Amino acid sequence: MRKFVGSGAFALVVLASTALSAMAQDTLKIGYVDPLSGGGAAAGQIGMNQLNYIAEAVNAKGGVMGKQVEIIPYDNKLDPQVSLVQIQKAVDQGVRIVIQGNGSSVAAAVSDFVTKFNSRNPGKEVVHINHAAIDPSLTNDKCSYWHFAFDANVNIKVEAMTNFMKANEAIKKVYLINQDYSFGHSVAEAAAAKLGAEGSSIEVVGKEFVPLQKVTDFSPYIAKIRASGADSVFTANWGNDLQLLIKAAGDAGLDINWYTFYAGLAGTPTAIKQAGLEDKVFQITEGVNNLDYMPMQEEVKAYMAKYPDAPIYYPRLFNAMGMVFKAIEEAGSDDPVKFVPKLEGMKYVDFIDGKEGFMRADDHQYFQTMYISGLGSLGPNQPFEEEKTGWGWKVAATIPVDDTIVSTTCQMERP
Amino acid sequence: MLEIVFISTLNGVLYGMLLFLMASGLTVIFSMMGVLNFAHASFYMLGAFFGFEISRHVGFFPGLVIAPVLVGLIGMAVERYGLRQVHRHGHVAELLFTFGLTFIIQEVVQMVWGKLAVDYKVPPALDFPAFTLFATEYPAFKIFMLAISIAIFAVLLLIVKRTRVGLVVQAALSHPDMVGMLGHNVGRVFMLVFGVGAGLAAVAGVIAGPALVTQANMAAALGPILFVIVVVGGLGSLSGAFVASLLIGLIQTFAVAVNVSLADILGDTQMAETLSVWFSDIWSVTVAQIAPILPYLLLVLILIFRPRGLMGNRES
Repeated sequence: MRKFVGSGAFALVVLASTALSAMAQDTLKIGYVDPLSGGGAAAGQIGMNQLNYIAEAVNAKGGVMGKQVEIIPYDNKLDPQVSLVQIQKAVDQGVRIVIQGNGSSVAAAVSDFVTKFNSRNPGKEVVHINHAAIDPSLTNDKCSYWHFAFDANVNIKVEAMTNFMKANEAIKKVYLINQDYSFGHSVAEAAAAKLGAEGSSIEVVGKEFVPLQKVTDFSPYIAKIRASGADSVFTANWGNDLQLLIKAAGDAGLDINWYTFYAGLAGTPTAIKQAGLEDKVFQITEGVNNLDYMPMQEEVKAYMAKYPDAPIYYPRLFNAMGMVFKAIEEAGSDDPVKFVPKLEGMKYVDFIDGKEGFMRADDHQYFQTMYISGLGSLGPNQPFEEEKTGWGWKVAATIPVDDTIVSTTCQMERP
Repeated sequence: MLEIVFISTLNGVLYGMLLFLMASGLTVIFSMMGVLNFAHASFYMLGAFFGFEISRHVGFFPGLVIAPVLVGLIGMAVERYGLRQVHRHGHVAELLFTFGLTFIIQEVVQMVWGKLAVDYKVPPALDFPAFTLFATEYPAFKIFMLAISIAIFAVLLLIVKRTRVGLVVQAALSHPDMVGMLGHNVGRVFMLVFGVGAGLAAVAGVIAGPALVTQANMAAALGPILFVIVVVGGLGSLSGAFVASLLIGLIQTFAVAVNVSLADILGDTQMAETLSVWFSDIWSVTVAQIAPILPYLLLVLILIFRPRGLMGNRES
């Protein structure tokens, strides 16, 4: 009897392990290395929801090359060191596509690690799909063959935003206010150079830096902006530094326009609504859900039926996954060595607007139509509000792909 | 020029009073119990979230009363069942206890209200500009905040200096045994004081919540500046904290208005060229840029040159 139980158990173990390995061979494993706890968890969770949604949709249609897509979350706590440990873990579990985006310092560490790992472990190459980090160095001096950037980097956003501002005759005096760290400085320098360039009718009337996430009372800054006579503010502030700035402006009744990078981040639409600044705060992104493009709006509705908390905040994740799947199918292999060449130079119909973008082979930066959108009450065909405010993002200007192209210093080392 | 001075003064006073509102509970607990309460900012956050929850059902003003009472009760429970047990192991144990408490409260708030900011609004009754000065509007809510802050200062001062309760509390700090002999329940006195301190933090939370951003990281964002106020004012001195709040509010606000850097002061002289090499890192940094750091500079200077603070009466 005991013998029977023993062999039965053995048979079960064998069965289970073959079943497991069969399953493992059948899935396309994608590692999602982003913050899922701590301060960045809200952003990380939204990305995770979107990836799960994308995977479910693809799997329902039979997967990629017959393989089911499996998204495996790895919490990196927004920490470069933890990220590397998690990527090592992911690689050990058979992941060869790593999606990471939050935090430029994290992205730099991941890109560096992946590049070194690939040169030391031929046959196990990993590709780094960066969906959010926008430090220009990632696609310039520190560019890597194994890294692909799907969000427009700082240079592109500044280029697009300043081109829009220069073309807008109502904008004459611009005040720059940014956070006092490398990112804030690079935005301020680039914007000042562009707006103050010869032939520009715009005057830069102030260039202010605020300590990162340390200021509680922004009213003195608002007093300065008012005294400068500015009609517009350009800021790359995010989080509290943007929310409190905008609330202070609302309190003081400062009636000017705000051009931002990050007004769409969680919590900020609520602050804009509280400040009562309707159609005065703008952001630059690769598109918003209220764009008049029905296939996307249908998709957003389907998404919100599953994840009702927020509309699709990262359309670029749809582009990134779509392009990776397309490259795998074109290459006929899910080995990064084989499908990365297909990603280079790939043209793709953007999820958000149906217009064509392209992945530049020189530096692996994706270029796409950019949009400037303002937050306010919604009109017909604009069904998506933000954070239950009743207000949503509406397109104020479209910047065609050609006006977003910037040069790169990247000298790609190809294996 | 006059415009800038006038507006900066007003902004500075308003900000200073917000700081005092936040720091008063911390000062009370420190001056009367000798406990440096790290969890103060967490009680402040609890106050904001309780205020938000109550305002959704019965309105802002009932919240202004109910939330501090609730948080005060929580504070009393913390003192009775936590701090009192820890007390006999000395100040370091107390410090660590309140430090640990901050993380617990933070987690609980995140579990209940999530990680995103909640939509805690200024009550409609106070949502209008009180007056306009040099084209800048001053919202009625800020003036309300100022009034509450001054009222709290006056009432606290009166209680501590002019009533029997204040006398007993002060005596209990320096001579607990004697006060006990005289028939007062020292334990209960401390419990009440801690409850009042936590309640004051909650008042600040209820009022600052709509003015700032009510979210689960608001405690961490607030923490350090309050300790600066308590130390600069003089550990445990209520009037000191009041003066220090005003001082820090004004310093910070005026500093933001000043766009002068070392390069501007020294100009193009021969000496300036030499100096600019030595001080290249800070050469073109303006006063405005370092404004929010100035309170911490003040803290360091006070600790070196006047360790008992502006109005403190003991060295510890």
